[in-house]
Amino acid sequence: MDRFGNFLKSLTLREMRKGLGVTGRYLFKRKITVQYPDEKTPQSNRFRGLHALRRYPNGEERCIACKLCEAVCPALAITIEAEERADGTRRTTRYDIDLFKCIYCGFCEESCPVDSIVETRVFEYSFENRGENIMTKEMLLEIGDRHEAQIAADRVADAPYR
Amino acid sequence: MDFERFIFYFLAAVLVFAAGRVITVRNPVHAVLHLVLAFFTCAGLWLLLEAEFLAITLVLVYVGAVMVLFLFVVMMLDINVSPLREGFIKYLPVGLSVAALIVIEMFLVVRARNFGADAVAIPARHGVDYSNTRELGSVLYTDYVYPFEIAAVILLVAMIAAITLTMRRRPETKYQNPVDQVAVKRADRVRLVKMKAEERQ
Amino acid sequence: MAEFWELIREPLFIVLKIVAIVAPLMLAVAYLTYAERKIIGYMQVRIGPNRVGPRGWLQPIADALKLLMKEIIVPGNSDRFLFLIAPMLSLAPALAAWAVLPFTDTLVLADIDASLLYILALTSMGVYGVIIAGWATNSKYAFLGAMRSGAQIVSYEIAMGFALVGVLIAGGSLNLREIVLAQQGSLLHWFWLPLFPLFIIYFISSVAETNRAPFDVAEGESEIVAGFHVEYSGMAFAVFFLAEYANMILLATLAALMFLGGWLSPFEGTWIESWFTWVPGVFWLLAKTSLILFFYLWLRATFPRYRYDQIMRLGWKVFIPITIVWLVVEGAAVMADIGPWFD
Repeated sequence: MDRFGNFLKSLTLREMRKGLGVTGRYLFKRKITVQYPDEKTPQSNRFRGLHALRRYPNGEERCIACKLCEAVCPALAITIEAEERADGTRRTTRYDIDLFKCIYCGFCEESCPVDSIVETRVFEYSFENRGENIMTKEMLLEIGDRHEAQIAADRVADAPYR
Repeated sequence: MDFERFIFYFLAAVLVFAAGRVITVRNPVHAVLHLVLAFFTCAGLWLLLEAEFLAITLVLVYVGAVMVLFLFVVMMLDINVSPLREGFIKYLPVGLSVAALIVIEMFLVVRARNFGADAVAIPARHGVDYSNTRELGSVLYTDYVYPFEIAAVILLVAMIAAITLTMRRRPETKYQNPVDQVAVKRADRVRLVKMKAEERQ
Repeated sequence: MAEFWELIREPLFIVLKIVAIVAPLMLAVAYLTYAERKIIGYMQVRIGPNRVGPRGWLQPIADALKLLMKEIIVPGNSDRFLFLIAPMLSLAPALAAWAVLPFTDTLVLADIDASLLYILALTSMGVYGVIIAGWATNSKYAFLGAMRSGAQIVSYEIAMGFALVGVLIAGGSLNLREIVLAQQGSLLHWFWLPLFPLFIIYFISSVAETNRAPFDVAEGESEIVAGFHVEYSGMAFAVFFLAEYANMILLATLAALMFLGGWLSPFEGTWIESWFTWVPGVFWLLAKTSLILFFYLWLRATFPRYRYDQIMRLGWKVFIPITIVWLVVEGAAVMADIGPWFD
C-alpha cells in the first residue's frame, strides 16, 4: 500500500506541484532588494569603515604617538614613526595605514587613549593605482576634519554603553 | 537549365563529394560528419522526387538518431590510424578482387537496360493535393500490412535480444536505485532518541 | 526588366516572409531573456535587471551589444572549422522549423503536409551543434557536456516523439494546421484534456530537449564549468544562446498548437464568445505560447539540477512506458468514438 501510495504521489507530481507552489507564492511577495546607490541600508553608529585621525577643537592633533594601535593591530597594518616636536610634545611624523592589510576590526580605535584614531562610517572608496591603498597621516587627518561632526555624534551616542 | 535541375545537380554534386570524403578523410569524426552531410543531401534529392515522408524520415532516423550514436562512439574512441594502414599492400589484391566482383555483380543487375531512362517510365507529376505520406500509409497498412507487422516484430525481438545479451548484474558493482532513493522518508533515516540529562557529579 | 522581376518575385517574397518571421523571433528571444531574469528574480524575492533604460527594458539590447563587441577566441588545438560552424548548426534547425508553424488558419510560410514530422526531424538536428561544439573545443569539460547532452536529447526525443504520435492520432493528420482545426469547439475540445499525460510529458521532455534547468546537465556550471560552450566567447556564444531560446519558443509554440488549440479562442462555444471576436487569432497563439514559456521559467526557478542517472531513468523508465500506455488508451478511445475528441 505504501509503495502504491508513493507511486501515485510521484505520478501526480505532488512534490513538483508543492515546489512550484512555493516559488509561485514568492513571485508576488514584496521584494527585499535595496537598490544601492539610490537606497541605502541604515548604518549603526558603531560602523567600522575608513579610518580617520581626529583633532582637538583647538586644531591640535590628538595623536600622541603612543603606538598602542600599532601594537594591537592584528594585521600589522599600522606603521608609526614619532619625534619630539619643537614645543616639546611627542607627535607622529608618520602614521600609515595599509588598507589592504587592515581587517577593520576596530582594535586601534579601542586601544587609543586619546580617541585619535577612529573608524568612520565611510565605506564607499576605491583605489585606481598602486600605492593609493596606503593612507598617510595627512590623508587620515583630512578625513577626520571632513567627518568630524559625524564622528563626534557617533561617539556621544555610543558613550552610555562604554 | 531550370531551377529544379540546378538544385538536382547541386545536391548530386554535394552528395558525391560527401560520400567520397567519408572514405578518404583521415579523421573518423570528420568522416561521420561527411556521412551526415551525405544523408542530408540524399534527403534533399528524395524531396525532389516528391517523397517527402521518406526524406523527412531519413533525416529523423538516420541523421537525428543513428548518426548521433555513431558520432558518440567515434568521438570516444581514440583511434590510432597508423596500425590500420599497415599491410595495405598485402591486402590490396584481395580487396581489389572483392571490389571488382561487386562491380560486376552490380553491373549485371543495375545496368541501363534495367534501370535506364527508357526502361523506366518518367514518374508522373502529382497535383498539389497529392500527399506522399497518405499514399505510403495506405499502401503500407493494406497491401503490405503483414510484412510490415512482421518486420516490426523482428526488430522488437532483435532489440530485446540485444538488451538481454548485454544486461547482466555484476555482483561486484555497486548500483544506486533512484526509485528507492526518491521513496526515502525522514523516518527511514532519522531516529530521534529522548535521553535524560546526566546527573551532575 | 519585367521579366527579371517576374523571375525574382517569388524568391524575394519568400525571403521577405522569412525576415518577417525571424526578426520578431530574435526580438522575442531578446525579451525572453529579460523576462527570464525578471521572473526568476521575482521568485527569488529580488527585482532583477532595472538599470538600463526604463525599468531595464534595454538590458537585452545592452547584452547583445556587449557580446557583439567581444572577441571570438578559438582555442589552440581545436578543430577550427567545426568549432566555428557548431553554433550555426545549433541555430539553423531552430530557425528552419518556423517555416511550417501556422500562426493562424491562413498565415503560414509553408503549409506542407508532414509538417509535424518535419519539425521533429529538425529538432533532432539541434543536437549536432552541441556535440560538435563539445568535440571541436578539445576540452574535457566541453566534451563531457556534449556527451551528456547528446545522450539526454536522444533519449527524450523518443518520449517526445511518442507524445506527438498521440497528437497526430487525435488530430488525424501530420499537418499542424489541420491538427489545430481538429481541436475546434471549446476549451474542452483542445487536446490537453484527452491527452493530458502526453501533454505533461511533452512539456517536460521539451525542457530536457532544450537543455534547460532542471535538465541542464550539459552546462552544469557547478560540475563541468559551462559544458559544451566553455570556450565560446562573443558572438559565437551569443549564437548558442539564441539557439537555446529560439528552441524554447519553438517548442512552446508547438505545445500551444498541439495541445492548447493554437489560434483558437479559449472562449469558443461559451456565451461570452462574441465579446472576443475582434481579437486576432495570432494574439491567442502568442498568449498561450507565453503561458508555456512562463512555465519554463517557473520550473527553472524552482528545481535543482537532476542527477544524470535519474534523468536517464525518468526518460526511459517513466516517460516512454507512460506514453505507450496512453497511446493504447487513446487507440481504444478512438475505436470507441469517445466524444467530443475522437468522433
